[in-house]
Amino acid sequence: MSLEFSRSEDAFRAEARAWLAEHHPGRLPSMDTDEGAAAHRAWERTLAEGRWSVVGWPEELGGRDASLTEWVIFEEEYYRSGAPTRIAQNGISLLSPILFEHGTPEQQQCYLPPMTDGTEVWAQAWSEPEAGSDLAGIRSRATRDDERGGWVLDGQKIWSSRAPFADRGFGLFRSDPDAERHRGLTYFLFPLDADGVTVRPIAQLDGDAGFAEIFFEGVFVPDADVLGGVGDGWRVAMSTAGNERGLSLRAPGRFLAAADRLLALWQERGASAPHLADRVVDAWIGAHAYRLYTWGTVDRLQGGGDLGADGSVNKLFWSELDVDLHETALDLLGPEQELRGEGAPRDGAWVDDYLFSLGGPIYAGTNEIQRNIVAERLLGLPRGDNRRAGA
Amino acid sequence: MRFALSEEQQAFGKAVEALLAATDVPAATRAWASGDTAAGEALWGRLSELGVTALGVPEEFGGIGGSPLDLVVALDRIGYHGAPGPYVESLTLAPLLLAGTSQDGLLEQVAEGAARVSVAAPPLAPYALDAESSHTFLLADGALSHAIVERPLTSVDPARRLAAVTAGEPVGQVPPATVDLALDHAALAASAVLVGAGQRLLDEAVAYVGQRRQFGRAIGEYQAVKHALADVRVALDFARPLVHGAALELGDRSDVAARDVSAAKVAASEAAHLAARTALQVHGAVGYTLELDLSIWILKVRALVGAWGAPAHHRARVLDSLTGA
Repeated sequence: MSLEFSRSEDAFRAEARAWLAEHHPGRLPSMDTDEGAAAHRAWERTLAEGRWSVVGWPEELGGRDASLTEWVIFEEEYYRSGAPTRIAQNGISLLSPILFEHGTPEQQQCYLPPMTDGTEVWAQAWSEPEAGSDLAGIRSRATRDDERGGWVLDGQKIWSSRAPFADRGFGLFRSDPDAERHRGLTYFLFPLDADGVTVRPIAQLDGDAGFAEIFFEGVFVPDADVLGGVGDGWRVAMSTAGNERGLSLRAPGRFLAAADRLLALWQERGASAPHLADRVVDAWIGAHAYRLYTWGTVDRLQGGGDLGADGSVNKLFWSELDVDLHETALDLLGPEQELRGEGAPRDGAWVDDYLFSLGGPIYAGTNEIQRNIVAERLLGLPRGDNRRAGA
Repeated sequence: MRFALSEEQQAFGKAVEALLAATDVPAATRAWASGDTAAGEALWGRLSELGVTALGVPEEFGGIGGSPLDLVVALDRIGYHGAPGPYVESLTLAPLLLAGTSQDGLLEQVAEGAARVSVAAPPLAPYALDAESSHTFLLADGALSHAIVERPLTSVDPARRLAAVTAGEPVGQVPPATVDLALDHAALAASAVLVGAGQRLLDEAVAYVGQRRQFGRAIGEYQAVKHALADVRVALDFARPLVHGAALELGDRSDVAARDVSAAKVAASEAAHLAARTALQVHGAVGYTLELDLSIWILKVRALVGAWGAPAHHRARVLDSLTGA
């Protein structure tokens, strides 16, 4: 066991650090505004020009063939640098692993390149008004249209992150009306400006339109935009869910950088709130633990293992760490903690990051669902009162 | 970067586990608590045949000169089974404090499993463990001396037989850097025992809620119970890498080793404590009995949370290290 990196990994880190220091624009306006979305797309273009937007992808697609270790190193440097959050994240983290695994060569050719430089931003379309944690209960349907060689989508999706400013969406629809639950679902890709698609932005807790409702009325999608097999959507989608709650969504760099900022805040203001010392320490210990835990996971995955239900352990930990860390920061700010924007500490970034952290225990499968998964799949406890009514 | 135990370490851990699993450790622990140390000493001897007691002893004193991580692997299993005796003290403090003193001849006996060493080191660990069955020393302000038992004390963990001690015949002055290193090793060792004990508490709780039925179903089917146990799993899963990472840093004597040992002790204490509280709660009244073996780990965890630096001490050390105070 060793925490020492190879010479080439150290060189990779140094190169990433130097490039980010030179190029990143600092904090941008919220990506969930017109102005901010444009600025974030421009930043994606800059990243792509430096070949840093998709480091783990093959070189011919604009990546660096980076190992998982190098990807984690890149993320550590990314967050340490203070670079903006990634508007392309949904596509790169959630969709691209599926395109690589299940996509046709045509789909890969069509959708991967514009994902790398902010040309096409993707939104996820999972939840429906009646299907949240119980995702298999979705009702939005896909009807076969043999004449045109495709499918017609009808229904409604909701809580679709990035949808108000994105170009395309991906999600599950019920393609076999007689099948139940996990069966008879198909994974579709669709343009958000297609005929019959209506996107209604929804303001999030932070006031910005970070997600939306999407209405589908007779939206035609050609066969070429079915991802994976017809009726095989659940299996295909679950590989994304694993990604989202596991490694790819939240690299430790994010929390290490936040813990460092919290320590700086403590040094500035701790004297006025000495009782918060333990919480500051615990936030740092949590970030440090997350880093080490992640290296263990990387080691396992690179050795051919898979994440499995440990992704739920992972998601529970980072999502609660994120809230605890930012609540501690706000408590350190005293009466200033309510201020946002100009005139606020860090121009309001503490409050913004806090509000963002509050979503963590909810999205990518609520933490209640994650605890069920940990208890049933890792601890081996019997399935029981969380079973579907009547099942 | 390879953050995983080596094949040798995994095999060693399995060998220690197999030996302990084949022993009625709870019976040895209960006997030890009542002053009958025979079964616990026999277990100590068998563990020494696997090399457990020689790990921390340098080769020049007849030991193996293993790494802190090797010790962590063994101590995790010792915690899991709740084996009685001064393992933390003999395996980690003795080699560091006695080497180069007039008492270093004891180290060969420690390595062979023929002698146990106990150390009181106020203020972090003011009481001597198992003084009547160990060679006992007192480390105070860097001065190492033979310890004289003043009076027995009672620990919350009946298997921890404590005594108040005073300084007897002097052994010598220990350099401050060695004192710090020894105390860090002890804190790390206690963390490993805590993680092992926490895992045992979780395993016992999972087994119990799977078979205990109320309202016509296993209580492990209820989400209130599931979620509490899932939280224990998360806490242990994230404490263990801190313990392993700190062992690496301590083995390298890196300049963040003290900070990382403290972080490990805080997280291991918190995780094991959560495991103890949760295991007790899901067992209900039967968990609140001395008769059930669960009590061995519930009480051991409480004692070890405070031993070799309580969380408040270690949190302060982490903060000082991070802020350069």
